[in-house]
Amino acid sequence: MTGEGKLDAAAQKLLERAAPGRTEFEDLVVVPVFAVIAALILGALTMLATNVDVATIGKSYVALLVGSVGSLNAISETLTAAAPLVLAGLGLALGFRAGLFNIGAEGQLLMGGIAAVICGFSFPGLPFAVLMPLCLLAGALAGALYASIAGWLRAATGAHEVISTIMLNLISYRLLDYLLRQPFVQQTGRTDPISKSVPPNAALPRLLDGIDPNLRVHAGIFLVLVAIVFVYWLLFRTKIGFEFRATGENPEAARYAGMHSGLIIVSAMATAGALAGLAGANQVLGVLGRASPGFSAGIGFDAIAVALLGRSHPVGVLLAGLLFGALEAGGRQMQVDAGVSIDLIGIIQALIIVFIAAPLLVRAIFPWGFRKPGKPGGGAT
Amino acid sequence: MTAIDAGASTAERRIATGKARQARIVGGVLLALAVFVIVVFGAEGDATFRLSRPTDALPVPDLVLPAGPFTYLAAAVLAFLGVRQFLRGGVRWTAISLGFGLAVLVMAFLVWATAGKAFSLTGMLQATMVRAVPIALGGLAGVMCERVAVVNIAIEGMLLAGAFTGALMGSLIGGWGGLLAAVAIGGLFGFILAALVVTYRMDQIIAGVVINLFVLGLTSYVSSQVFAEYRFLNNAPVFRAVKIPLLGDIPVLGPMLFQQNLFVYGALVMVAVATYYLFHTRNGLRARAVGEHPRAADTLGIDVYRTRYIHVTLGGMVAGFGGAWFTLGSVGRFDENMTGGRGFIGLAAMIFGRWHPVGALAAALVFGFADSLQQKLALLGTPIPSEFLATAPYVATIIVVAGLIGRARPPAADGKPYVKE
Repeated sequence: MTGEGKLDAAAQKLLERAAPGRTEFEDLVVVPVFAVIAALILGALTMLATNVDVATIGKSYVALLVGSVGSLNAISETLTAAAPLVLAGLGLALGFRAGLFNIGAEGQLLMGGIAAVICGFSFPGLPFAVLMPLCLLAGALAGALYASIAGWLRAATGAHEVISTIMLNLISYRLLDYLLRQPFVQQTGRTDPISKSVPPNAALPRLLDGIDPNLRVHAGIFLVLVAIVFVYWLLFRTKIGFEFRATGENPEAARYAGMHSGLIIVSAMATAGALAGLAGANQVLGVLGRASPGFSAGIGFDAIAVALLGRSHPVGVLLAGLLFGALEAGGRQMQVDAGVSIDLIGIIQALIIVFIAAPLLVRAIFPWGFRKPGKPGGGAT
Repeated sequence: MTAIDAGASTAERRIATGKARQARIVGGVLLALAVFVIVVFGAEGDATFRLSRPTDALPVPDLVLPAGPFTYLAAAVLAFLGVRQFLRGGVRWTAISLGFGLAVLVMAFLVWATAGKAFSLTGMLQATMVRAVPIALGGLAGVMCERVAVVNIAIEGMLLAGAFTGALMGSLIGGWGGLLAAVAIGGLFGFILAALVVTYRMDQIIAGVVINLFVLGLTSYVSSQVFAEYRFLNNAPVFRAVKIPLLGDIPVLGPMLFQQNLFVYGALVMVAVATYYLFHTRNGLRARAVGEHPRAADTLGIDVYRTRYIHVTLGGMVAGFGGAWFTLGSVGRFDENMTGGRGFIGLAAMIFGRWHPVGALAAALVFGFADSLQQKLALLGTPIPSEFLATAPYVATIIVVAGLIGRARPPAADGKPYVKE
């Protein structure tokens, strides 16, 4: 029995390698789709549990749909919300591929944003073509430096990056508060912690200004497209991307093959931080126009969900980011139309990740649509 | 033979050089701190530390320290320790010197900040204990989970869930009911974590992050959707401080240990019970075996899955109790995300405390001290901006986690899922 069992397992593995199509399709598409459906159902159940009547539940889901894709304004809002999520999500995906749990995207986003703002109002005389890229660069660099602190700690002392990035997050909130009270940053004439505004020649211009000045979609989405291509190229077409992936799959083997794990960890964290910092710069230069306490609004944490949902693949991150952007835009409409608190969206997002990260769980709930597993599938990384 | 001997001695020499280097680094740090103390902490006036309150049964006179001479004394002690490191640094002396040196540095800092003013030391000790409670309980929850090799990032979420349930149920059925409910909810989330990690073999860190996000979303949703409208649901009674008759009158330490509320006493009792359980009972030994080498434990007939389920659930219950402190032990009403990262600081306390309940408690006291210090200093009006002081516990956590104060070894199977063959 044991001998045959072993042969079956080996044959199974061989089949999977030879015909990866079916398993990969399941993993990449079927599981996420079912996960989203399950999360939406559980979200409805949560609403039922808090005394929301069925009619309102229906109204809220309709509002969710309308608010995300139902009009040009809705699509503009979805894209605007999705842009920073995709950027930060790309950074996180890169980190996950290298085996690093970078929970610090929120802090890196804040650092990038404040750096971009400071760069913007410090050089108002420069032309748009110089100042805007400079501000974006400042944001990326600030994020990269902040993230590389955690990377260096991990490389030099083995400190687990989950705790150090969370601590750096908490520190960044205080740091932002401090900076926003400094005279050179604070808006002249205001006593509340709010920064000087970004001058117009540093801002990311709105794209559909001609059609309707209220449409908020801005040039940042081009930045997102560039970032996607860049991350894909970096991960799958360069030597260092290969080293990231190798270290993520099997750090011991990678080190045995001569890859410098310390350098890889620091550079992976730095790149992830740069992308998160870009997301922050994107927010202040394209949407907010200035920095205020907590302007990141949880984007860094949502980006974790986006990266997980997108299976740490650039295209997946794009689709997941669009979905989460849609959830956010639709969620705001839902709050207005049906009076349901937007925190419900947070619950749905958390549920999506649960089901994504535990495909076994999804298979247990939805047994149809899945080939009968020969051995327990994914889940544990 | 010769090759093996040579190899062994080279390895020994490499270890010895590493330790000597570490000793020298610590020595250098201590000397630098000595210089720092002299240069930065010179101040005029006397620092008055009040050691008892007017209402205390046994009044203790105030401790008055002249700032200038004390600074020199502190610098001298640091310099002495630093030089000693260079001359005779051994492993144990390095750790002791660094710990003692940091304590001297903190004292010098306090004297400098208090120069010319008065500072209630007993008050601060009492506040330290209070602030250390959620961190200690979070750390204890972490110990229970990590001793069976389950990394529990979800402590923050469990604390938040306990706080929320404590407020909600406390408003509905009173303090004790709220407390029991909070413990139960904490246990529930512990059970969920165990299920996700043991049965569904989800990555432990992702499972923890997910539970945190879910609890945050759920509590914020209900808080904004329901509490805003029905305020009576967010108005829980608070457990008041109860003074233990004779022990509470001990000067200086009495108020800190024996004039506290149920949560402090509960935390101290739980730490004692957990220590006894883990290290002096058969079941505790089995649990630790599961954490160190699950396959060996399995072959001995210990049910690895069940042990993990039980201990992670227990850890969740401890975290639920700790979470109830935020509402039932403190302010009586729930605010969104009120745990503020204490769960993660609790994890750091666990690492600092070498995965031992008493160690976690001691580490939590250090963190609680940092927390209450930054509040006191903000009141004293030191030249350091309050935002930087507020980051003190977080920076301390990073320093601890980076192992700058001694490395520790986690349970060997930490973080790895166990698959029964």
